[in-house]
Amino acid sequence: MSDLITLQRITTQVRRDIVRMVHAVQSGHPGGSLGCTEFFTVLYNDIMQHHPSPWDMNGKDQDIFFLSNGHISPVFYSTLARSGYFPVNELATFRKLNTRLQGHPTTHEGLPGVRISSGSLGQGLSAAIGASLAKKLNNDTNLVYVLMGDGELQEGQVWEACMFAAAKKVDNIIATIDVNGQQIDGATKDVLNIGDLRAKWEAFGWVVLDTNGNDITLLQSTLKKAKSLTGQGKPIIILMKTEMGNGVDFMMHSHKWHGIPPNDEQLQNALSQNEETLGDY
Amino acid sequence: MKKYTYTEKKDTRSGFGAGLLEVGRKNKNAIALCADLTGSLKMDAFAKEFPDRFIQVGIAEANMMGIAAGLTIGGKIPFTGTFANFSTGRVYDQIRQSIAYSNKNVKICASHAGLTLGEDGATHQILEDIGLMRMLPGMVVINPCDYNQTKAATVAIADYVGPVYLRFGRPTVPNFTPADQTFEIGKAVHLNEGTDVTIIATGHLVWQAILAGEELAAKGISADIINIHTIKPIDESAILTSLAKTRCVVTAEEHNKFGGLGDAVAQVLAVHMPSPQEYVAVNDSFGESGTPDELMTKYGLDAKNIVEAVERVMARKESIHA
Repeated sequence: MSDLITLQRITTQVRRDIVRMVHAVQSGHPGGSLGCTEFFTVLYNDIMQHHPSPWDMNGKDQDIFFLSNGHISPVFYSTLARSGYFPVNELATFRKLNTRLQGHPTTHEGLPGVRISSGSLGQGLSAAIGASLAKKLNNDTNLVYVLMGDGELQEGQVWEACMFAAAKKVDNIIATIDVNGQQIDGATKDVLNIGDLRAKWEAFGWVVLDTNGNDITLLQSTLKKAKSLTGQGKPIIILMKTEMGNGVDFMMHSHKWHGIPPNDEQLQNALSQNEETLGDY
Repeated sequence: MKKYTYTEKKDTRSGFGAGLLEVGRKNKNAIALCADLTGSLKMDAFAKEFPDRFIQVGIAEANMMGIAAGLTIGGKIPFTGTFANFSTGRVYDQIRQSIAYSNKNVKICASHAGLTLGEDGATHQILEDIGLMRMLPGMVVINPCDYNQTKAATVAIADYVGPVYLRFGRPTVPNFTPADQTFEIGKAVHLNEGTDVTIIATGHLVWQAILAGEELAAKGISADIINIHTIKPIDESAILTSLAKTRCVVTAEEHNKFGGLGDAVAQVLAVHMPSPQEYVAVNDSFGESGTPDELMTKYGLDAKNIVEAVERVMARKESIHA
């Protein structure tokens, strides 16, 4: 288990990585990435039992994670690199020609840590359920985690998967939703209101937990509680309230930084709010 | 013309069901998924013998494709089962991103392809699936011709690592290929030696090609006949070897004329050996309700139409070489 100071230092460095990666190629999605930084840090450094090296696509006897909302690839890539899946310096190739760090995550270029391609939304929960079923068939008691965006819940496939997991008692999965209330065209409540998420998931038969997705300590306790609830015949979901752009003040409280990069001046401003901790790539 | 006989007519989907059961017995990693069409897909025997390895997903094909992709992460070999329409068009993006682009070892098994689904009509009669699946990088596309070949293909794809689209049908058709055949993905089966014209057929049209060959032989026309069960990767060598002799070709398939076997053959020939070609295929339309035989006649997918296409293409060849 990692202490709070360590997790905070990782979080800060990952934030720097995110804004630097997106700035370098003047494209990518900083808002959602920053909002999920605490979650990725806690999941990969304190919760999951995983073995970055040697890389095993099948994830035998380890916990595995799926990113369904693939556009927040910067936080995923930074977390993977800083967990030892691939060299940190490779973050400098993000979105560049011939990179393994494609705009949206893919297995196609063989990047360790990525088990399925995502980007076209709504598909990750199904894949995670498939991997959960494979673990059960293999008598592998490790868990499967998946992250979805809240806007992504507008995709119908999510609800097919939601219905399936409860009906088939897939109880070795912990799903999480980044509830930041924002999507490209504006607030989710204005674009297409997704309503009462707790009531919806409970009605489908899931165990629903709430947490503040930007609070490391609360994330730790909620994820640990979720783990303790596995194996009891019900799938588990955590609704994580987050702030898009968290940790960079001018990117917060708006959907505007969903998919645009900072300019030079904005980058310096963002970095000054997040001092280097583990060393820049 | 080499003589082909059969003792009974059987449906290709039953060949799939028998092959799937054999795969299940041989390989404990084989998993079957079905979207509420277990009986139609003939997956009952597998489901009964291996209940722990049979996943009923309900009427949720997109989720089925995603679950199948996820199952491969853990070393499973998933076989998805539903109608061809719901195996391709309905779930194209799920296949594209979660299976093809992710290079997952999923076997997409699709029954009731084409017009011969019959009375249910055009909503269910997909005639575009071969084209859709051919266009996906890395996807293998197989359309076997009878019960025995479908069973052999089902067994063969379990041993191949990578995504496969296996297409078969509903009606009973002559079961004429040997039960003990070796099925080699990407390797065409040469059915008859001929010199005047090449007939390349796939799926249910292979038997019609044999009937056409007999009729043509009676007219003194010698047809080289190829059963091309694998449409991607296509057997270029078999096509070019045949065309080097005959210099003209008729392709026959239960599919729209756009994107299917005919186009796959035309692409090979355009690059290597431009040759007159006639298509026996659906003429860019949807299907409709009717019995399989009535539909195949109305839409021009039978031996008579193959013979007429041969006469047209041979006349074109002669006009070029005159």
